[in-house]
Amino acid sequence: MAQLEEVSYEQYKHLVSERALTGETMLLNMGPQHPSTHGVLRLLLELDGETIINAIPDIGYLHTGIEKNMEAKTYLKAEVMTDRLDYMNTTGNNLAYCMAVEKLVDLDVPERAQVIRVIITELQRIASHLVFMGAFGLDLAAMSMFLYCFREREYIMDILEMCSGQRMMTTYFRPGGVWRDVPVEFEPAVRNFIKIFPARVDEYEALLTKNPILLDRLVGIGILDGKTALSHGVTGPTLRASGVNWDLRKARPYIGYEQYDFNVPVRAEGDTFARYIVHIEEFRESLKIVEQGLEKLKKLPNQPVISANRRFVPPPRAEIGVSMEALIHHFKYWTEGFPAPKNSIYNAVESPRGELGVYLEGDGGPKPHRVHMRTPSFDNLSVINKITQGHLVADLVAILASIDIVLGDIDR
Amino acid sequence: MDKKLEKIVQALQENFGTSYEEFRDEAHVFVKAENIVEALTLLRDKFEFELLSALTATDYYPQETPRFHVVYQLTSLARNLSVQLRVAVNSDQPKVPSAAFVYDTANWREREVFDMFGIVFDGHPDPRRILTPEGMEDHPLRKDFPLGYEEPQFTFNYDDVDLKKIYAKE
Repeated sequence: MAQLEEVSYEQYKHLVSERALTGETMLLNMGPQHPSTHGVLRLLLELDGETIINAIPDIGYLHTGIEKNMEAKTYLKAEVMTDRLDYMNTTGNNLAYCMAVEKLVDLDVPERAQVIRVIITELQRIASHLVFMGAFGLDLAAMSMFLYCFREREYIMDILEMCSGQRMMTTYFRPGGVWRDVPVEFEPAVRNFIKIFPARVDEYEALLTKNPILLDRLVGIGILDGKTALSHGVTGPTLRASGVNWDLRKARPYIGYEQYDFNVPVRAEGDTFARYIVHIEEFRESLKIVEQGLEKLKKLPNQPVISANRRFVPPPRAEIGVSMEALIHHFKYWTEGFPAPKNSIYNAVESPRGELGVYLEGDGGPKPHRVHMRTPSFDNLSVINKITQGHLVADLVAILASIDIVLGDIDR
Repeated sequence: MDKKLEKIVQALQENFGTSYEEFRDEAHVFVKAENIVEALTLLRDKFEFELLSALTATDYYPQETPRFHVVYQLTSLARNLSVQLRVAVNSDQPKVPSAAFVYDTANWREREVFDMFGIVFDGHPDPRRILTPEGMEDHPLRKDFPLGYEEPQFTFNYDDVDLKKIYAKE
């Protein structure tokens, strides 16, 4: 058996301060199996007593080669891999990927499908923020938050299940639209959620927002200014909590976001509390979008939910039984896939964590030549060393929770 | 192409003699490797491209030379524009100057590109691997790296499997 090597100073010499080399400060591993690192993240901490001098993240424990795997699959089959990136925002990943494919092959999407996409994506955003809020509470010893948030998340998981048959790994969006129309129970279920959820958000706020113990741990901790954030590529709620008003849904509206009336919560402080408040306010804004989406959906009954361009879209199930050509097409479509032009595009959407970009390059065949997922958590985490310096280890836990990382998203 | 973007592409052309391609309203500007840091600095300081959205690479082995393209996707918040810079690099020891001092995010992204493609970024402050295990010698996203699978390690074949792991060797 191979010998395990001890971690030596040599590897990290250029990252830690000189005092570490004389033993004046302590190097301490936090993770990879630490509950408050939200996955398998290892932080190498340089500590002076309990004060953090340096926090060096070590990532890659969940690296599964998703990009390499996608290159070996057709455009349709590669979509399944995107669910596994950011497992708190599965339909959002599908959306980013499907939009990239649509842009590459120049495919239209019918309006009803766009509206369904908006509703599902916003519900998923709420579900993702609920996990954020639960884990955030848990890290700050507010145990009950976790239970309450997961109670509400279950409503959304049920809605996703009735649409796609899956709770998490949905693959519900497909290039050209969505897999199938929403069932009849969809609208009452979403209405029910819209009815109960605002009161529940107030409940979270009653528990946390004015809680003096919590405020002591959040206000003024981990301050990130807008300029540093942008230079580090930080996006999403973390950037908006630093006073930069940048939301791709507003700046570059896609799937019809320009038709919805919603605000983008921005806070100037840039501390942990601001990041928490932005998430709370985004609950309410997303709910507004869902409500408007339902009204729009009502006005578009019995309309197609997937493009009529059969080059990129499978034939409907009913046709396969009566038409030989449809049967052949269906077989060829799922085994061979469709070709895409030899060129590259970059498409970005606003995921609950920030800019989720897809760099997609075709080679003229049915498989992508290169897929790169620009995942927001990766860049958001890279700023951790700058914002934790000088704080205590307990604050590090709060800061880490507030930037809302998902390790599946970072390591890919 | 967008009028505002046209001006920026022209400025790049005048300063660095770049060529560009257009596809689906996106501008892909080809920059020489030795100019990339200056080009990024110009875009950041003069044209307000504050955000380096993505930094990645693609491998065209064996069909094309130069083999690699390093891709810089830039976003301007103030002007709401995007532009893509591409650097073509060749040879077994591909080298590109590091942009980590222009954009902080390039630090990790360049480590990722080095890890996945073996492209060395000259002057990088922290040139370690980032995602794959320490001691690994290959670069998995290169096209000549096989999409293999790992043999499950049980008690009876523990040592055999261990021998095949590059990173487990002494």
